[in-house]
Formats: sequence, C-alpha cells, structure tokens
Amino acid sequence: MHSIEVLSAGLLSTIQDSGRKHFRKYGVPVSGAMDKYSADLANVLLNNPDGTNVLEITLQGPTLQFNCNTCIAVTGADLSPKINDVSTDRNKVVEVRKGDILSFGKLLSGCRTYLAIKGGFEVDVVLGSTSYYPGICENILKKEMLISVQEHKLNVALNSSVKIDTENFSSDLIAVKKGPEFERLTPTQQELLFENSFLISPQNNRMGYQLTGNPIKLENTDMLTSITIPGTVQLTPAGNPIVLMRDCQTTGGYPRILQLTEKGINHLAQKKTSDHIRFQLI
Amino acid sequence: MEKYNLTYQSLGEEVLLIEWPSQIEASVLFDILSFQKVIEERLGSQIEEIQNTYVTLAIFFNPDKISYPTLVSKIKDCRSQSSGRSSFLKSTVWEIPVCYGLQFGIDLEAMSVEKKLSIEQIIALHSENIYTVYFTGFLPGFLYLGGLNEKLYMPRKQIPRAVIPKGAVAIGGSQTGIYPQVSPGGWNIIGNTPVPMFQVKEAQPCKIQAGDKIKFLPISDVEHKELIEKIKARTFELKQHPYALN
Repeated sequence: MHSIEVLSAGLLSTIQDSGRKHFRKYGVPVSGAMDKYSADLANVLLNNPDGTNVLEITLQGPTLQFNCNTCIAVTGADLSPKINDVSTDRNKVVEVRKGDILSFGKLLSGCRTYLAIKGGFEVDVVLGSTSYYPGICENILKKEMLISVQEHKLNVALNSSVKIDTENFSSDLIAVKKGPEFERLTPTQQELLFENSFLISPQNNRMGYQLTGNPIKLENTDMLTSITIPGTVQLTPAGNPIVLMRDCQTTGGYPRILQLTEKGINHLAQKKTSDHIRFQLI
Repeated sequence: MEKYNLTYQSLGEEVLLIEWPSQIEASVLFDILSFQKVIEERLGSQIEEIQNTYVTLAIFFNPDKISYPTLVSKIKDCRSQSSGRSSFLKSTVWEIPVCYGLQFGIDLEAMSVEKKLSIEQIIALHSENIYTVYFTGFLPGFLYLGGLNEKLYMPRKQIPRAVIPKGAVAIGGSQTGIYPQVSPGGWNIIGNTPVPMFQVKEAQPCKIQAGDKIKFLPISDVEHKELIEKIKARTFELKQHPYALN
C-alpha cells in the first residue's frame, strides 16, 4: 500500500472535497473545502479531476512523510511549506520522493492551506463524499495514521504554475448579495451594514464566523426556521452578524440579511480571528 | 389550485426559494409536499436537490444547466399542474418508545412546578398526541415536529446546556423534538429514546420523513435497557402504522 504517514496532525487538518450534496433533506451539512478557489487551484495544477479531495490545513500545519514517489501542490494560505526542512514552492507542482517529509512553518498570510496530491487521498466515502464532518465522516488527521495514496512517476509535466488571484488573500471586502430578510433593515441600517467594518470574533470555524461591530438591531426578528446555506449572513437578536460557512446547519431561525457569493465565501475562509472585513454589495 | 399566494426569490447563485404565507399548519405542509412531488416528477433531472421547511420549498440548481428565469418559469408551470390534494402522499405513524424516567427526564421536576402539572400528566399529554413531521434540519436527523399540546409549552433555558445526550426527548417553546446526537442545546429534557434517528451507513439515513406522523410510546427503564440491546443486536425495527390523511 502506498501511503502518507502523519507524523504530527497540526491544529485541524481535514480531508475535504466539493461537499456532501443531496442529503440536506436529512439535515446533513454540505461541508467541503472552505476556500474552494484554492482547493480547485491545487487540483488544476495536478490535472486532477474536478472535486478531487484535498487536505485542508488550518493555521498550523501537520508533518507528513511520503512512503512513495508522487506529485503534490500546496495552495491557499502561506504556511511556509518545507520539504526535508527546505522551503518549497507554493502554487506549483512539486515532486516528492519516497521518504520525504513535508512540514509547515509560520503562517504568513491567510488562514487555510490546501494540499492536493496526484490522484487524491484514498479515504472513506460517506454519503457520497470524503469531506470530514463530526459524527458523519471522520476523515481528520491524527498522529501516526496512514493515508492511502497513489504512487506516481516523477518527471511528468512539472512546470505548470498559475496566476493567483491575490485579492482572495489581501482585500478586506467580502462580496455579498441581499438576503431574503434584507428589507427588514431600515435604510439607515442598510447603509451602516455596508459602511461598518466588522471584526472577526474568536468564534469562527468551519460552521460559521461570528462578527462584531456596531450592533444593528432589527425591530422584527421573528421568523419561522427556514433554509440556510453556506454564505448566509444571519443577524442575531443582539445585532451581530453570523456568516454561515461550509459546515453550517441546513436550517436556521435568524433573519438572513445577506448572502455571500461563492467568491465571498472563499475569500472569508482565508480570514481569521481579529481580522476586519467589510461587506460589498454586488 | 391557487389556494396560497406564493412568492419566488433567489438565495445565492444556486437556490430558488418558494415561500408560502408564514404559518405553521399541516395544510400548508401538505401543499408544499404535493408541489414538491410534482416538481420532482417533472423537473427531477434538471435540478440538484429539493428541501422544505415550514413554509419554504428550496430548489437547488446548477446555473450552468438551467438559468434562474427558466427554472422559475418551469416551476410556475408545475404549480398549475399541482392538484394541491395530498391523497397520493403515503403517510405513516411511527411509534417511538420513550423512557420518561427521572434519570433521563432531568427537567421534568422543574417543568412540573412551572406548569402546575404532575409528572404523570406531563407524560400523558406528551405521549397522547400525534405529531406531524414538518422537516429535518438543525442536526442530521433532527425532526421539526408540530402538534405539541399548549399546556406543555415551556420556554428554552436561559443558558443552554453544553452537552445534551443522544436520544434526549425535549421541549423548547412550542416545539418538541429528539436530539439525534450529542450536542449543545437549550430545550427542556423530559425523556430519552434509544431509537437511532440518523444512521449514516443506511442508504436512507432517516426513515422518518416530512409529512409522516409520529407518536411517543412511554416505556419503563427495563424496557429502555432491553431496547438498547435489541438495537445493538439489530433485532429492533421501528414500528409504523398506516395513517389516513384528512
């Protein structure tokens, strides 16, 4: 069996693909890579089929030893990747040899790094997806585990690299559309929503990002539990927005004032605690 | 049939929301489910997924396959075909065994004081009604139920508990439900069922679906223990009875 051995797991390193679709009616979150832009990019570099799974690495990287020759690509947040303690390229196909150790260092930008491998990671498929979600699919890295991968000949087309949309990492503007309950905001509140800068609170994870700023309190917060999807911005009774992310509940009962675009979700996925953001209506 | 005035709006780039007037009512639910069935039959291959809540039907679509305006117009055509009668809806009453013992129903005593009802009365009121399943959401396998007796309405706890055990049967405001997995939660816990509400390894992870009916069957501590063993040995099957829709 060809594999990667997990020497250390990092803070939260999970397998993610394009998500678990078609089970929303049972209350199953969609999951999938938080920053799909970066995950897709890693697969494109390796010429992997669309939606091949990747490893999503959060803030602090794992240490992985390859037990076969293959090719990888590291995209997303700059977590100072190294092979055998020597800095290695990001956003480029990189050859690894049997015995090589991939490790990560200091976080220099963003929040989530993606590691794709030629052919994908061969892990459990649950309800049509390999994406980690607690209680549904346990594809999360743990120390000493072995992950099956495919061996690949070296010296394939290694020169491909891509142009990166740097805005995905630098800009503080998050693209949104109006949500179903947007009109409940007064005209003044609507203005505030786009002028205010919001702080990302420590309560941010794959389920959602709680934001703090000048509270915007709705007169009418009553609503029946309804549909929520990744990118839905709910407004709590206290007046703080919560941006739902890829692991969010399939339904929710707070007014949905905004909806992030797909690009907006990818963008926010690279923000972390104490970063500031502003919403930009498109 | 145009009994309800529906509105159509988008949520993000890939979801169409069809909204019914904002009221929790079985007749609205059956209209939603009957419309859903027509859409599935006629447009099933052109859409990705369909999901309902109390007053919403969400159509998930791929904009590369079908545009939003085309989808809306096709759905509106389906509406004129939708009979609104729910006669074709198969419905069942699922019998869910619940142990209302105090070791599980940790909020029964407080509720008894608050509602001025004996614990026996609370159990009787909770287990005599037939509940309608409106939809599944919040957690995998969490059923949104309608039909709780008003005498049992009880506000959510001010401070939610960090851990509510799997199978807890609880009351939150005007709603009652079963926690399908360990989770935080603010509802008042009155009992426990060992019946798994979500089985990830099954092709259909939740047997109970929107439009179905359920009834709680009080069981003793001993029966609760026996049931756990039966479920482990895979000799337990959830009982259902046919239910005639009005």
